Amino acid sequence: MTKFQAPHLEYSLIAPLLIVLGVATLGVLVEAFVPRERRYLAQTVLALVGTLVALGDTLWVFGKLNPVHGKVHPGFVVGQGSLALDGPALFCWILVLGFSALSILLFAERRLEGGVTAFAGQASALPGTEAEREASTRGLEHTEVFPLMMFAVAGMMIFPAANDLITMFIGLEVLSLPLYLLCGLARRRRLLSQEAAMKYFMLGAFSSGFFVYGMALVYGYAGSMDFAHIATAVASGTGAHALLLGGIGMLAVGLFFKIGAAPFQAWVPDVYQGAPTAVTAFMAAGTKVAAIGALFRVFFVAFGGARWDWMPMAWIVVILTMVVGSLLALAQTDVKRLLAYSSVAHAGFMLTALLGARSLADIGPGNIQPVQAVLFYLTTYGLTNMAAFAIVTLVRDSGGEATSFAAWTGLGKKSPLVAGIFSFLLLGLAGIPLTSGFVGKWAVFTSAMSAGAWPVVIIAVLGSATAAFFYVRVIVLMFFTDGATEGPTVAIPSVLTTVVIAVGAAGSLVLGIVPGPLLDLLGRVGEFIR
Amino acid sequence: MSVTPFIVLSAILFTIGAVGVLTRRNAIVVFMCVELMLNASNLALVTFSRANGNLDGQIAAFFVMVVAAAEVVVGLAIIMTIFRTRRSASVDDASLLKY
Repeated sequence: MTKFQAPHLEYSLIAPLLIVLGVATLGVLVEAFVPRERRYLAQTVLALVGTLVALGDTLWVFGKLNPVHGKVHPGFVVGQGSLALDGPALFCWILVLGFSALSILLFAERRLEGGVTAFAGQASALPGTEAEREASTRGLEHTEVFPLMMFAVAGMMIFPAANDLITMFIGLEVLSLPLYLLCGLARRRRLLSQEAAMKYFMLGAFSSGFFVYGMALVYGYAGSMDFAHIATAVASGTGAHALLLGGIGMLAVGLFFKIGAAPFQAWVPDVYQGAPTAVTAFMAAGTKVAAIGALFRVFFVAFGGARWDWMPMAWIVVILTMVVGSLLALAQTDVKRLLAYSSVAHAGFMLTALLGARSLADIGPGNIQPVQAVLFYLTTYGLTNMAAFAIVTLVRDSGGEATSFAAWTGLGKKSPLVAGIFSFLLLGLAGIPLTSGFVGKWAVFTSAMSAGAWPVVIIAVLGSATAAFFYVRVIVLMFFTDGATEGPTVAIPSVLTTVVIAVGAAGSLVLGIVPGPLLDLLGRVGEFIR
Repeated sequence: MSVTPFIVLSAILFTIGAVGVLTRRNAIVVFMCVELMLNASNLALVTFSRANGNLDGQIAAFFVMVVAAAEVVVGLAIIMTIFRTRRSASVDDASLLKY
């Protein structure tokens, strides 16, 4: 009988993760013990303070990666090899925590709904019944959304930092399960919201089934779940090749699903449209960061040696995602749905960086590395999208948010400021020069180009042109089309939503004009630890 | 001991599950098919664990079971809500969001 050895954990390094999980657990206790009328304040403050403390702590850990004697610190492998805290992982943590802090502000917005949050008063009350009316007259609100969100944040932190397949799977589920629930909690249009939750859940569970089977096949091939061991097994080339190919394919299904890449994008428009807009903003920014981080780690660290095997698949997925996202967005007549399809197209643009995978020796000192490029893209995309969805919550009529194009026609005359900011954000998403979106696109396309993926880059540029068309169409609609004088108004938000819009728009502007410092920073830390 | 029969069995179970998800209409049955996919994966994990001579796969199987249980909690809650609202658990009836 061997003696049990307690695992050694580096508490000071994984503290940000523990703080977020601790805050989530505390949030559950607050639900149980704090009187109903005080819960909103308690939960908001707890979640916001917890996220900001975790963010500060992450920055402190990130500071430890500073070059010593001119040598870049590769990062730390902690928790008995299950988490890798290297530059990309920690930068993903910073992004996830930053976007979460903004999302908490959107979650806590109360002025737009007249004193209550945008979440269902009582999710168990059936829509259109006496119980629902009673819940709304009593001003009930679900403050459970804050702990649920914090659990999702913890999952989003585990996912890109996972250094073996089990941890990655746990991260995937911890991030997904709370999101399924959050999607179904809208106060208005509850049927749509519940439908979105069910579609997201069914397809999400289906795709995680593929992920698990892929995990089993890769384990069968390499004899270990650990990325470093898998990389060794791939390099030595022993073992059944079919297991490896099947495993890579099935793992990719699970990961591409979370990113929303075609042909696994079907859930994106429905879920983005049906979910409460604050949740959509959180999901669009956070999930994308986490899933892209995880995808790049798996494909570069574990399967880097087999890249000639997965490259053809990646080409097809990237091209398909860009084409499907851009073309279907042309046919949309709803702002939220348009942003959803644009997020599919952006997933394709981000994934072009995956095609920039080369052996480290081939990457010259001045070249843009794929990971550096995609992390920059994620920063700009997340900030811009966050602010765009925050603005979507402002345009309202008697039924809540008015998201159809008809309602947005002539918005520039009603509220030039809001329409102006939204136009700026759309131009950023379209990638017009001098906006952050342009720099992001330039970075990912260059990195793909330098690896010789020029056909994809040509399609990507054409896709961007198509995308510019549907973004500009919305701008024309807002400013140069006469709308009905009746119809929706632009609500004045409280300081919470205003902060989100201001931070998103300012971040997008600054990164567009001076992208250099962030690109340099990412160039220094943008390598996975192996 | 040859691992092939076990892996073939797990692949068959997984396929039955995946086809079930794609063809069945009732949300509960679709969900059961997802569970079948997860259990097929567990069989593969345990088999490979035996073949590789280490315990990683068995540990993973336990994690998959725990996650499957958590998924049941969330999934049944969502399906119940839909069923109470619409008096139907058919995945085809929920079709307000499209195109």
